[in-house]
Amino acid sequence: MKTVRISDDAVALALGADALAAAFERAGASVERVSSWGMHWLEPLVEIDGIGYGNATSDDVDAILAGNAPNIGKVSEHPFIARQQRLTFVRAGKTRPLDLDDYKAAGGWAGLEKARAIGPEAVLEQVIASGLRGRGGAGFPTGIKWKTVAGTDADQKYIVCNADEGDSATFADRMVMEGDPYMLIEGMAIAGLAVGAGKGVVYLRSEYPDAIKKMRAAVQNCAHIIAPFTVDIRVGAGAYVCGEETSLLNSLEGRRGEVRAKPPLPAIKGLFGKPTVINNVLSLAAVPWILEHGGAAYAAYGMGRSKGTMPVQLAGNVKYGGLYEIAFGITLGELVNDIGGGTASGRPVRAVQVGGPLGAYIPVSQFGLPFDYEAFAAADALIGHAGITVFDDNVDMKGMARFALEFCAAESCGKCTPCRLGSVRGMEVMDEIIAGRDVGKNIALIEDLSETMKFGSLCALGGFTPYPVMSAIKHFREDFENDSAMEAAE
Amino acid sequence: MVAQLEETIDMIIARHVAQEDVARGALLPILHDVQEQYGHVSEDAVRHIAAGLNLTRAEVHGVVSFYHDYRKEPSALPIIKLCRAEACKARGVEALVAGAEQAAMGKVAIETVYCLGLCAVGPAALVGDAVHARLDAPKLAALIGDAA
Repeated sequence: MKTVRISDDAVALALGADALAAAFERAGASVERVSSWGMHWLEPLVEIDGIGYGNATSDDVDAILAGNAPNIGKVSEHPFIARQQRLTFVRAGKTRPLDLDDYKAAGGWAGLEKARAIGPEAVLEQVIASGLRGRGGAGFPTGIKWKTVAGTDADQKYIVCNADEGDSATFADRMVMEGDPYMLIEGMAIAGLAVGAGKGVVYLRSEYPDAIKKMRAAVQNCAHIIAPFTVDIRVGAGAYVCGEETSLLNSLEGRRGEVRAKPPLPAIKGLFGKPTVINNVLSLAAVPWILEHGGAAYAAYGMGRSKGTMPVQLAGNVKYGGLYEIAFGITLGELVNDIGGGTASGRPVRAVQVGGPLGAYIPVSQFGLPFDYEAFAAADALIGHAGITVFDDNVDMKGMARFALEFCAAESCGKCTPCRLGSVRGMEVMDEIIAGRDVGKNIALIEDLSETMKFGSLCALGGFTPYPVMSAIKHFREDFENDSAMEAAE
Repeated sequence: MVAQLEETIDMIIARHVAQEDVARGALLPILHDVQEQYGHVSEDAVRHIAAGLNLTRAEVHGVVSFYHDYRKEPSALPIIKLCRAEACKARGVEALVAGAEQAAMGKVAIETVYCLGLCAVGPAALVGDAVHARLDAPKLAALIGDAA
């Protein structure tokens, strides 16, 4: 009997993987539900004896089982996979997400065992040596954060995992939680050991029902392995701003998800006023590898002060979309054109947005930009959570600039004025520009408003919304000024 | 009715508070369970939850009204959450909206969601806990027909 491997990641499920799996079972095959390789354009992807059959439907079952359906060859040797440097996603596509034996056989728990053997201080040293920086977007050194919590005395400390992955174009956290949940839990347990925290909480967004189910099952299954450390899964309630760490903490405390002013830092006064490590899913998920192989091995990847690998997410109008983990330093153009294959529509790429709804729009002329926190910052752009949305030449950049402000208005927590009012006023001014009224004057007004939002907002929502707005105006000015021609004609 | 509601809420509160270091930390999980049970969080529910957690009604109301997920009234129609964030826009979701709203009129409520994490295979939608991707006009129409 043939063993057929089909992912049960949300992408596969959303494209009919359950019906496909049932069809294979009806045809007498044994089906294993595994994690996704991350080649989303091929999902649902069927794998038999290592050979991949992309975009499979129930109609293809007989041909696939007979071995005469078109295939992509060995999945593991596909250029999209073979060219990656997978550390965090090393098991992607290979294991059954909730199977403890699969996880252990593929190197699982080795990091936690090492951490228990070497003790908290040595763990901190390894994480600091790895150069790992917060993968949520801010890029703060993870080891330094942990050291602060470790050095703060308290009767209770917490490890909070920020799994409120709300940025469009990002799905790496979701893939970790749905595909390799024990890795994240292991990373949290290591963090707990390093800083002296007994309790972990995962704040998971409600828009990820499949990740919620998997994580809840996973924490039950491995409770005996991570004990005495415990992990609780908490579900968000549809507020984008709760991805900001202080509003996330308020939400966990049963409050409105409003941003807190810093200081005090969460590392000193976090959840319920206790010292708290709050890290993104990808930061914590990188930790088991770092412990198993050593901080220096991780730091050997990357460039400058951006060490290690980044799970880049190729999204939007891209031909070969999915998860591409690679060391920092690769250029944007390589990612979008060489790996992503350009647009799915076949039209020319016009713009990409990197870093989600608060990230800058970048024109093709800047595709030489290397993936590096400092290089992006110097170009007035963000890496953020490393999601890349590709747009073809049909995109209307005025519309995208307006959407950035509309999104900010919809999701603002309301605590600070530049964000709460600036987003709404900005949207109104952008409507004037779109209508072609006083375009020059109104662009100057938006620029001024952007300065206020950038420097006057409490958190990244109001503070970074100017990035997509101003980059759209700066790099795609023709979209805005076409309307001033109309204005002259009126 | 109210007595039954209060009894159910008492059980929900007891279950969640037991797991918390600080009782009010249970508020969001409690609201999720109440909404799942009743389809919305009513004024009576707010009053009883506030009493149970020793919070003011204003505090609980403030939380309920802050988060997009909580409803103060039950939805009269089945709901399809359609993603209209950047990656789905880049893949053409906006061109589907007008047709979908027309097809859904009076039968299904089309709500906007920002990102389901299916950004390379959009446009995407969520119906209950089921995700759907690579939507085009016919597929979205079929989804609306199934949900209605």
